[in-house]
Amino acid sequence: MEEINAKGGILGGRKIVLLRRDDESNPSKGLIAARELIQREKVAALFGGLDTPVSLAIVPLANAEKVPFMGTWAAGTPITRNGANPNFVFRVSAIDEAIVKYSVKHYSAKNPGMILVNNPWGESNEQGLKKALTAANMKHAGVEKFEGNELDVVPQLSRLKNSGADVLYLVGNVGSSSQVVKSLDKMAWKVPIVSHWGPAGGRFTELAGPSAANVHFVQTYSFFGDLSPTGKRVLDMLMKKYPDYKGPGDITPAVGVANACDAAHLVAFAIQAAGSTDGDKVREGFYKIKNYDGLIKKYARPFTPQNHDAVTADDYVWTQFINDQIIPIKH
Amino acid sequence: MLITAAIVTGIGLGSMYGLLALGFYITYSVSGTVNFSQGSSMMLGAVLAYAFVVTWGWYPPLGLLTALLLCGAYGIAVKRFAVRPFVRRDSNAWLMATVAVGILVDNLVLFTFGKEPRRFPSQLAEMPVSIADVGVYPLQLVVPVVCLGLAAALHVISRRTKYGKPLLAVVQNPDAARLMGINVAGAIAASFAISTVFAGIAGILIAPLFNVNSDMGTLFGIKAFAVAILGGITSAWGVMLAGLVFGVLEALVTVLFGSVYTQIVMFALIIVALALMPNGLLGKAGVKKV
Repeated sequence: MEEINAKGGILGGRKIVLLRRDDESNPSKGLIAARELIQREKVAALFGGLDTPVSLAIVPLANAEKVPFMGTWAAGTPITRNGANPNFVFRVSAIDEAIVKYSVKHYSAKNPGMILVNNPWGESNEQGLKKALTAANMKHAGVEKFEGNELDVVPQLSRLKNSGADVLYLVGNVGSSSQVVKSLDKMAWKVPIVSHWGPAGGRFTELAGPSAANVHFVQTYSFFGDLSPTGKRVLDMLMKKYPDYKGPGDITPAVGVANACDAAHLVAFAIQAAGSTDGDKVREGFYKIKNYDGLIKKYARPFTPQNHDAVTADDYVWTQFINDQIIPIKH
Repeated sequence: MLITAAIVTGIGLGSMYGLLALGFYITYSVSGTVNFSQGSSMMLGAVLAYAFVVTWGWYPPLGLLTALLLCGAYGIAVKRFAVRPFVRRDSNAWLMATVAVGILVDNLVLFTFGKEPRRFPSQLAEMPVSIADVGVYPLQLVVPVVCLGLAAALHVISRRTKYGKPLLAVVQNPDAARLMGINVAGAIAASFAISTVFAGIAGILIAPLFNVNSDMGTLFGIKAFAVAILGGITSAWGVMLAGLVFGVLEALVTVLFGSVYTQIVMFALIIVALALMPNGLLGKAGVKKV
């Protein structure tokens, strides 16, 4: 947003102002905050956060109030594919189905097992993954849940192993994901693990040990490797703005930064194309965006009335932790 | 193989539930009250030990001992500020007060320690060993031994020594105990200190198997209370036995029926068990002589 404002803002010089509210990962609090931002602060657009349940709670409000809602992280498929017409929800992030495609392409998965955190996030992923498996005409070895503070996941994993799981789909935050990895170590079960991006949110290698590298997880962007000119520019900008950033490894979580960066630009383009901050016109403005050389990719007509997800499975970067850095996997 | 894995896992988990639940037994036996922030006390033990040993690099025995001493001091503070003021007024508000203290401590740790879980390194939780074809960390074998040892020590001290018997007299009749020269306030404070030290030991034992974070004790605290009630909160052996039964059953339910049903089945079983045995596995109905 600073970058956009430095170039003169939008709509003939109007500056973008960011108002922040904390949803505390709680759908009710997120909904209250969104309502306040829409009805009292009269925001032109809403940006969503990390949690799928929170975003799902906000979606009906955004559609009813006709305020564009841009998802920057939460990956639940129904957030954008919510059945509303007109649909005011757009997204620059991954969606759940990516895990299934990756497991088939790289591990020839035929009978995957799901090990999911027992909360609404895991629940929404279970639904998304089951739909994706049905679409791919695949069965699964079973669905097992674990608590966020589960000490030992051996019983759940033993069931999946007994059911012949050839790949594990893992959804959990960094702490609980590490418990899954440690339990696999105890069982000496070397099974490919394809994960949501939960492990990216913390010190995964410290918690899970050397086997952390066995977990392959989806990202939309990595600041490591050969960067595009946009990537170099954003990295330089971040390192100048935040002195604690000494290199790409310090930008955590990279996926959140990259998604939000491109999402902010795309919202600005939509408002510019709309010629006003009227919600319905901005929604139409998203469809008018043609090309944008963004951080994650070069966007070409990123949104259409049928597709509100600017980033697709072809754009995802699959990564693993090598020591304490998230490194893209080379197949 | 499935069943063996479940039993081995369950014994490790169950002994930890039992150790935490012993804290409920101790305070209830002496004062008729419990500290519902036991889960937070467990977390505090792990976080303090992490701060002293890992962050500041203290000599480990010194760091662990200091952490446990501070846990004991925390227990005395809970008794002084969250239990005694209400008990004196014959109010049961200490129930909520101890819950509130736990939430307060969890949030204070969240702000100071941070929200990121951290690893507590231990050589006993590095390389798994195989027992009956089931992989376990050596620490998982140490935990039941420590827990059963503490339960035995507690039983012997409270039933057979001149230091323990007065503690049990306090709950029967505090006034009579006072007239007999027993330091009632001191006995109750000691029971709270011992209970939080036990929780601290549980936290330190669990930390290398798990990770250290501000809400690591929440789920454990709830399960430990269920275990304490199931065992019969007036029996140390009952509480420990209930911990083992709960841990093993929990793991068996998971492997046999699936984790989706674990909590439903376990807490339904507790209701059934208490309906059949209202005083728990080894507890006795309280008798008050008048």
